[in-house]
Amino acid sequence: MIEFRSISKRFDDGTLAVDDFSLVIPSRRITVLVGSSGSGKTTLLRMINRMVDATTGALEIDGENVSTIEPVQLRRRIGYVMQNSGLLPHRRVIDNIATVPRLNGVPKKQAHERALELMDTVGLDRELAERYPAQLSGGQQQRVGVARGLAVDPNILLMDEPFGAVDPIVRADLQQELLRLQRELDKTVVFVTHDIDEAFLLGHQVVILEKGGRIAQKGTPAEILANPASDFVASFVGADRGKRALSIQTIDGAQVLVDGDGNLAGRLVEAGPA
Amino acid sequence: MNLFLDAFAWLADPANWVGSGSIPQRLAEHLRYTGLAVLVASLIAVPLGWWIGHTGRGRELVVGLTGAARALPSFGLLFLFVMVAGVLQREPASVVVLMLLAVPPILAGAYAGFEVIDRRIIDAARAMGMTEWQILWKVEVPLGLPLLFGGLRSGVLQVVATAVLISYIGLGGLGYDIVQGIELRRFDQMLGSAILIIALALLLDAAFALLERWAVPRGVRAGRLPEPRTAPTGRRATAESPATTEREEKN
Ligand SMILES: Nc1ncnc2c1ncn2[C@@H]1O[C@H](COP(=O)(O)OP(=O)(O)OP(=O)(O)O)[C@@H](O)[C@H]1O
Ligand SMILES: [Mg+2]
Repeated sequence: MIEFRSISKRFDDGTLAVDDFSLVIPSRRITVLVGSSGSGKTTLLRMINRMVDATTGALEIDGENVSTIEPVQLRRRIGYVMQNSGLLPHRRVIDNIATVPRLNGVPKKQAHERALELMDTVGLDRELAERYPAQLSGGQQQRVGVARGLAVDPNILLMDEPFGAVDPIVRADLQQELLRLQRELDKTVVFVTHDIDEAFLLGHQVVILEKGGRIAQKGTPAEILANPASDFVASFVGADRGKRALSIQTIDGAQVLVDGDGNLAGRLVEAGPA
Repeated sequence: MNLFLDAFAWLADPANWVGSGSIPQRLAEHLRYTGLAVLVASLIAVPLGWWIGHTGRGRELVVGLTGAARALPSFGLLFLFVMVAGVLQREPASVVVLMLLAVPPILAGAYAGFEVIDRRIIDAARAMGMTEWQILWKVEVPLGLPLLFGGLRSGVLQVVATAVLISYIGLGGLGYDIVQGIELRRFDQMLGSAILIIALALLLDAAFALLERWAVPRGVRAGRLPEPRTAPTGRRATAESPATTEREEKN
């Protein structure tokens, strides 16, 4: 469990990026922080591995205040995946994945074996192990990034718009992989995105942020969609328009659903036993 | 008579290749001062440049120093230092002057090597849990090496050219034969030693060009390959300046 308690962050230049933020992130679930650009998502995420230190407030991981943990040690326990994968360009895929275990003193052979297993886990062909990052597609690089994040078998995986730079088809693929991985590996995932569809697809808990890291609403996707807490949320999740604003029309005695753009979305049927 | 033929005749004369004041001895002196100056300059400039590149602090120093270096009157400086330090100290004095010339390009190379690395790579390395030393040695140094060698290359060339001057204060080197040639009106000797100096500079330049190329990590080079895992042929474009290739072709 990760707990933010009245966290604020003011950067050196005076920007108040996060203003009195409190949140509980449950273990072994995917929590998605979603909000528009500059709302403080990245700042919040990076506080968890102390890439950013809070100005005031306390952040605890399983009851332990992170400010008492040495940053390097903390970071080696937490997986971090970022948008551009951040792979080391001068190292082969297998060495990139094995980086942190090697830093921790795992023998090379063993670290490489584990790296190959992780390539299987994230759906990468082992053939690619000897390549350099520049020789991979964007989607493959992201998979390597995820594998590297998982290399030390961390309990926590931080992901900052990890699928933001890949095309929609690859993104859909990676999203499904992440859901599968999380089910199989039972990690606590904190995921940052500005794409509400991605947030609803992946998040067990979705946290919608406004500027300054203010929580506009948090809950399951269903809760948020059913009861948007404000006009801002309603508009942000698109509850009032497009493919989320479904209305019932009766055609030939059957009820069909039409979305906000006037497109046919489906047919209304009795819900089966849950 | 052809001056160049005379010069080559002088160069080919076995008498000039043995004994005191011979070409090998002058060459050794020249290389000794060059090597010493570049070594000392590197010991100062490389750690400093890396520190500035790693921390981002003191960038202005690099800009200021490289600008000021262009205005350095090396000849005047040499005499000034010898006068200040005393004639008995002219060896260290000239090494210091030559070193001063080499510091700015090496500093700039060391710093620029780090500066051009994508910040997100460094950020990811830190977020993974690398210590600052590990970031330095495992990420920044390998990725910054080609530009450092580029800086060393300019520094070495600068020093090799300027080291000709130390003969004026009686320290020998390849400049000695030129100075003596002027006094004795021996044009074959003047031109012959000038050719030697040029050849030495070109040789060192080529050697550092190779080093620069060799220092580009496989994976960085690999990005420019259409096919992965092809053996490097050594003819691939690297991060070096276009001027390099021109100079190499002249060789
Ligand atoms: N190092 C920094 N120094 C000063 N201000 C910063 C720094 N990092 C972030 N900020 C500011 O803090 C605010 C929140 O930034 P943050 O990167 O957390 O936003 P974000 O929600 O991740 O945005 P995006 O979706 O664009 O990634 C912004 O106003 C940003 O300009
Ligand atoms: Mg961000």
